[in-house]
Order: sequence, then C-alpha cells, then structure tokens
Amino acid sequence: MPVSERHSKLVYDALTAAGVEVVSALPETWLVHLIRLAEDDPEMILVRLAKEEEGVGISAGAHLAGRRSAMLMQNHGLLQSVNGIVSLAQLYKIPLLMLISDRGHLGEPDPWQTQGGKTTRPILDALGIVTDELSDPATVQLQVARAATLAEASLSPVALLLTRDLMWEALA
Amino acid sequence: MKRIECLEAIHDELAACAVVTIMGAVAVELYSLGHRPNFFYLEHAMGLASSMGLGIALSQPERKVVVLDGDGSVLMNLGGLTTLARYAPPNLTHIVFDNQSLLSVGGFPTATATGSDLAGIARAAGIPKAATVTDVEEFAAAAKAAIEAPELACLVAKVEAVGPKSFHMDLHLLENRFEFQRALRPPSEGDPTP
Repeated sequence: MPVSERHSKLVYDALTAAGVEVVSALPETWLVHLIRLAEDDPEMILVRLAKEEEGVGISAGAHLAGRRSAMLMQNHGLLQSVNGIVSLAQLYKIPLLMLISDRGHLGEPDPWQTQGGKTTRPILDALGIVTDELSDPATVQLQVARAATLAEASLSPVALLLTRDLMWEALA
Repeated sequence: MKRIECLEAIHDELAACAVVTIMGAVAVELYSLGHRPNFFYLEHAMGLASSMGLGIALSQPERKVVVLDGDGSVLMNLGGLTTLARYAPPNLTHIVFDNQSLLSVGGFPTATATGSDLAGIARAAGIPKAATVTDVEEFAAAAKAAIEAPELACLVAKVEAVGPKSFHMDLHLLENRFEFQRALRPPSEGDPTP
C-alpha cells in the first residue's frame, strides 16, 4: 500500500506528544495506518464513528471533561461536520484539532474525489478556521504541537491538512 | 404524561450526574425546575447531545452521565445510536422524550408519529436495555433504575406535545458552558483561587 506508514507514525506520535487522549475517526485510505496506531495504543480512547459530525460531539464532551482530543477525517468528513463545527464547536467555544486528509487536490487520480477537493480550503476559510498543511515530515511534530496549542488557547477549531506529499509514499 | 412531570420526578437523581440536554422545551423545563452547574443545555447542534454525552462518559468513566434527548434530535443522528451501542459506556443513560413532533418550530409531526419506534431502533442498533414508557410512575422507576445501574440504557418516554410558554432562559450559553466545564473538572489542588 502506498500510504506512508512511516509518516502516519510521525503524525500519530505528534498527537500523543501533544497530549491527545481521545481520537474520533472514520476510516478512509489515507487514514488506515493512523487509525491502526490508535487502535493498537492501549492508552488511547478511539471512538469509531458512523458519521464524522458525531466527532464534534465527542470532542466537545471530552474537552469539557478535561481530555484533549483529535478528529481524523477525510475532507468529505469535514463537509459532513460543518453544522456541528459551527453550531457546537464555534458557538460554544470548543477546541477541535481536526486532521483532514487532503483528497482531491493536485495529483488526485480518483475522479470521485476531485469535486470535494476543490471545496476543502474555501470552506475552512469561510468558517474562519486556522489551517496548516502537513507536508514535510521534519516539521510534523512542531506543527501538530502548535495547532493543538492554538486550538486550546483560542477555544476554536484548528485544521491540519494531511497532504499527498506527506501521506503518499512514492514506490521505490 | 408531560415531559416536565418526568423531569420533576428525576430532578433529585440528576443532582449527582453530568446532564446534557437538547435545546427547546427540554432545556427550558429542566432549567425552570432548578438549574445546577452540572446541567448543560446544548442550544443548537441537533443530534449531537448523545455524542457529547458519550464523549463525557468515556472521558470520565467514574461519573454518571445522563443525556436528555428528543425524537427530532435522535432522528437527526440515528447513526449515533450505533456508536453508543459500540462503546456502551456503563455510566451513560440516554433518555429520549418522544412527543412525536418538532414542538418548538410549529409542531410538525416527526416520523415517530407515523410509527417509527425509537426504542426498537436503539435495540436494533445494539443497546439491549432500551424500553418505552408511557406514564410518569413507570418513567420515574425506569429512569432511576437506569441511572443507578452500571449499564448503558436508552429510555424512550412518550410525552404530550406541550411545552413552556417561552423558550427564553436567563443563562447565556457560554456562561453555562464554562460553569459546566468547571463542574466536570474542579480546579486541581494548588491552583490559585480567587
């Protein structure tokens, strides 16, 4: 499988280093290794969702109860979650650390991902969500730590886009 | 039976729980019976009260959590019932007031008015302890037992489609949010106090 195990591990380790104890997730190809890592970590509370918007509720509950959380989703999961992001997280000032696979962007070979790909950045922008792109393995840990810090300090959602450059391992 | 009679019957039991309600009549009626810092009124995000309850229950397994939901909200997040069933936190009780209508927005009927059975859906989602009650005594006994028991339960209470005259609450949602957070995580020892 060409999804990078090594870089998924980097991202996962950055989450735990940032104090994340609860992860909500709905699988997609780019997230397979990340979800497996959460699954295999006895310290992690992994909540598998039926639909991504539930994750906003999980994160809100976890935050109010004193635990840091992260959401793993595809960009279409972001689309599914918009109402919860606005009417729970933003309305109630709840930090969300959202890791979103950047499907449908440059290099996307799957036609069915391309329409959603065009909307990811404009929607994050329209929601006023601070967004960073994870593409360089050397800076992943710092970027995740900074995103978690900003989410907690601003009590707001922060988005990290998991880019093709990071998540896709070129075949040797 | 009326929703407010049900809430009154369990108001004492809720004192020791983290309580998450939906917006509208449930929130206003609970508030009118006596607000407590451990009551959180989710004034929007329909469907997510149960997900919030799950997040709290998994984060603080030693704390009893009660979600006060409604038919309209549950119908917006039926998949959430399968997530509740999957993790089945023993400290969570999911109470659904089913008045078969969207009361606060014109009283239009929901699908439970034409036969959709929320307790049946909850059981089929994998929550074996799911039941429907239709009178207040039955509700009080079942709700108290469910809160007490270390097992996820879903209790659907069939109530009349009547509610308060006004939906105004003299409590800003952010005030409620921070107060609730403080109730759930008291300051650590050594933290500066005012």
